[in-house]
Amino acid sequence: MRNPTATKLLFEMSCAGRGTQVFPESDVPEVSGLAAIGAEFLATEPLPLPEIAEPDVVRHFVNLSTLNMSVDSHFYPLGSCTMKYNPKRHERWARLPQAAGSHPYQSEAQIQGLLSVLYELQGMLAEIAGLPGVSLHPAAGAQGEFTALLTAAAYFRDRGEQRTRVLFPASAHGTNPASAALAGFECVQLAGGRDGFVDLDELRAQLDERTAVFMVTNPNTLGLFERDIRQVSELLHSVGGLVYIDGANMNAILGRTRPGDFGGDMMHYNVHKTFTGPHGAGGPGAGPIAVRDFLAPYLPAPVVTWDAARNWYSLSVPEKSIGKVRTFFGNVGILLRGYFYIRTLGGRGLREASENAVLNANYLLSQVKDFLDVPHGDRCMHEFVASARRQKEQTGVTTMDIAKRLLDYGFHAPTVYFPLVVEEALMMEPTETESLQTLNAFAAALRAICSEPADLVRGAPHTTAVCRPDEVNAARKPVLCWSAPEC
Amino acid sequence: MAYLFDTPEQRRVMLDAIGVESVDELFRQIPQDLQLGRELRLPEPMSELALEQEMQQRLGAVSARGVCFLGGGVYDHFIPAVVDEITSRGEFYTAYTPYQAEASQGTLQAFYEYQTLISQLAGMGVSNASLYEGGTAVSEAVFMAMRVNGRHGRVVVAGTVHPEYRQVLETYFSRLGTEIVVIPPEGGVTSLEACRRALDTNTCALVVQQPNFLGCLEDIRGLTESAHAAGALSILAFDPISPGMLKRPGDYGVDIAVAEGQPLGTPLQYGGPLLGIFTCRSEYVRKMPGRLIGKTTDRRGRDCFVLNLQAREQHIRRDKATSNICTNQGLLALRATVFLATVGPRGLRQMATLSHQKARYAASLLTQIPGVSLKFPGPFFREFLLETSMRAEDLLPALSAEGYDVGPAPGRFATAGLAGLERCVLVALTEKRTRQEIEGLAAAMTRVLQRG
Repeated sequence: MRNPTATKLLFEMSCAGRGTQVFPESDVPEVSGLAAIGAEFLATEPLPLPEIAEPDVVRHFVNLSTLNMSVDSHFYPLGSCTMKYNPKRHERWARLPQAAGSHPYQSEAQIQGLLSVLYELQGMLAEIAGLPGVSLHPAAGAQGEFTALLTAAAYFRDRGEQRTRVLFPASAHGTNPASAALAGFECVQLAGGRDGFVDLDELRAQLDERTAVFMVTNPNTLGLFERDIRQVSELLHSVGGLVYIDGANMNAILGRTRPGDFGGDMMHYNVHKTFTGPHGAGGPGAGPIAVRDFLAPYLPAPVVTWDAARNWYSLSVPEKSIGKVRTFFGNVGILLRGYFYIRTLGGRGLREASENAVLNANYLLSQVKDFLDVPHGDRCMHEFVASARRQKEQTGVTTMDIAKRLLDYGFHAPTVYFPLVVEEALMMEPTETESLQTLNAFAAALRAICSEPADLVRGAPHTTAVCRPDEVNAARKPVLCWSAPEC
Repeated sequence: MAYLFDTPEQRRVMLDAIGVESVDELFRQIPQDLQLGRELRLPEPMSELALEQEMQQRLGAVSARGVCFLGGGVYDHFIPAVVDEITSRGEFYTAYTPYQAEASQGTLQAFYEYQTLISQLAGMGVSNASLYEGGTAVSEAVFMAMRVNGRHGRVVVAGTVHPEYRQVLETYFSRLGTEIVVIPPEGGVTSLEACRRALDTNTCALVVQQPNFLGCLEDIRGLTESAHAAGALSILAFDPISPGMLKRPGDYGVDIAVAEGQPLGTPLQYGGPLLGIFTCRSEYVRKMPGRLIGKTTDRRGRDCFVLNLQAREQHIRRDKATSNICTNQGLLALRATVFLATVGPRGLRQMATLSHQKARYAASLLTQIPGVSLKFPGPFFREFLLETSMRAEDLLPALSAEGYDVGPAPGRFATAGLAGLERCVLVALTEKRTRQEIEGLAAAMTRVLQRG
């Protein structure tokens, strides 16, 4: 039950003089003889922050949390986001003192345990990718893309080549073109074949000495393995370009095939998707990259190295490093969770996880294809894209309506309207940690929704705290903070 | 590793429904010659118990670590228990980006509150829902300044801005032909005269930091006025604890204010994940990078919250987006929200005041040691630059061996504007440091310097 008192805004709950005493009185003497902070620097008014007692703070956030769906509470088949269950043990281990409490300017001698783990993780990610050079720095997949493109650019510059164009299929994640633009490249989008795969002829026609990188997600965002990926790679290499693998869908292929083996020169991982990490209502992630040996000298600084003779781990700067892409080392807290996951599963366990992810996705596909269009065939990897085009034509019920109605049945919605190449797209990724019973219940809910009266579905959701927020008005007159309604 | 839960019978049911004999058949989509054909060469799987025992050995030990006087952008602040309790709740912890507003009102309202709290803290019109960390927030601010005033030729950066923020800026702009002009510090701060000389009609922005990397306080109002006089935007990186005592970025009239938000309830974690705070004047909101949560009403007129102004973002605008950021630092933003709600304005004032008082006490004790002085005589907030008779690379390990971790030494950064500081180290204080620890540091430094 929604608690309307506790879920008022913090600012509406505030009462001057209330609050919680967290800090002690000062235990050091006042000193003189040092320059005092002048009035020109000092605040003249108290901060306008809310004043709330701790019990009210706790009740507020506990009640807010109950307005969310999450992996711990609901099936969350949000395609492309790999919303798998995260083992709770990782949380305990990530709080071990050397992991949680080390300052980034701690000396190497004080963090040998942590550095040894990060060093091992670099090696594991290289082995899983089939690409030997690894940087753990990028904070998320999008930053991994950007970092790899700068790495490639440094490599081309070193060779005296002026390559200006980055290519990607229309089905690419939005981050691909956004990262390429940020890195100063011209973006070239390819339509792709009707069957959902890269069209080799179309690609060939676009390749020349200006081509820097082709960015491709494999398996692609339609849940299909790019069957011509080897030829794609050969085409790129024949004009001196490089292939970037967007690793968002690595959960489908762990231990089965490796980006380095199918022709990729660079890739990023989404540690929080493929391995584990709290998705945290939007982050943090971690987006380490793996690259071919000839690109490794350009990776961001520093990388962890090991001196076997001294059994000593240190941070070192690659020979021709592009520099820093963020402060400090990386999203270590998330990288560790990925490491814990790999260590508990081992090589065979990772392969089994991918097998079950693919099995679950194909099973779900088999259970929905008689009432939803699945434009790209009967087989998929770890996810598939259905379409509510038929429903829209026949009854006016859209993908968005179905997504909202699923919430009434106690399921989070799939990713909707992505990829852009499928009309009324519903992108479903069940992940390996869901049971047969859950998949059956979800398929049954979808089936039921597709035969419900259109008005009922178009009016959904009926059971959530709110229904269909007015996004158009929100954008027209943005209200982004409580104190200034006009901001 | 019991991670796969379906029974063989259940798997059979699934395979039959799909119409295949085996899971291998499903993988025939991958051409045979591209299949790995062997197991990945990784360590053997381990049970929860066995790996916990190993990790306790490898990551549990902190015997080599000393009392933390380390600064340089992230600090050893106290985190009230309520922050861990609330943010560990699976409903927040294991949700993702709130694309489905009806299934995410908890997240959305919390982030709307975050945006408001951060706006209040910075004295700025609007905050986004987080970026990665302080360094990339600076670079994103410069990109945004270019979108606002259309100038791409030059960005002027104070040499007193965190060297890692400047290194990130150099990497981000390495291919874009934008000239990055660094103003060398004079007496630990940025001279207005040098700043005016560096600003030209092609300059998109001036980037400064308060307190700056060397611990000193800058004339932000004067610097901001210089930037505005040249038609450039003023970007300020601030310490998010400082508004408990010092003027806020908005009080100085800056256009964009960013911060490393780690002091607001995030553990150190060897420097990540952190929290990139990003705020600006309200009129620039449509040029902002990152997610924004807005308040609106639903079909029945109820107040509610949504992802707003998404047309700026990569999933809609692709190569024309205001940033490539997708996954942000939601959990850390939530930590900051719970943290600020818990400590309130008086708690933040106490944190700032305690940190400052302890920094003054530490500085007064340390500068009584022969051969030790403050490098710059001006006022400082909670971090100061100490000059000693020893080279920093010798002093710091010797202090660590005595049980006190101090630094960083500015000399470790191969960055413009930090020359001549080889005998200098930063010392940072937080409310957590006790009188006993501070006096212990002074005694240890006395011993180390006497030994020479």
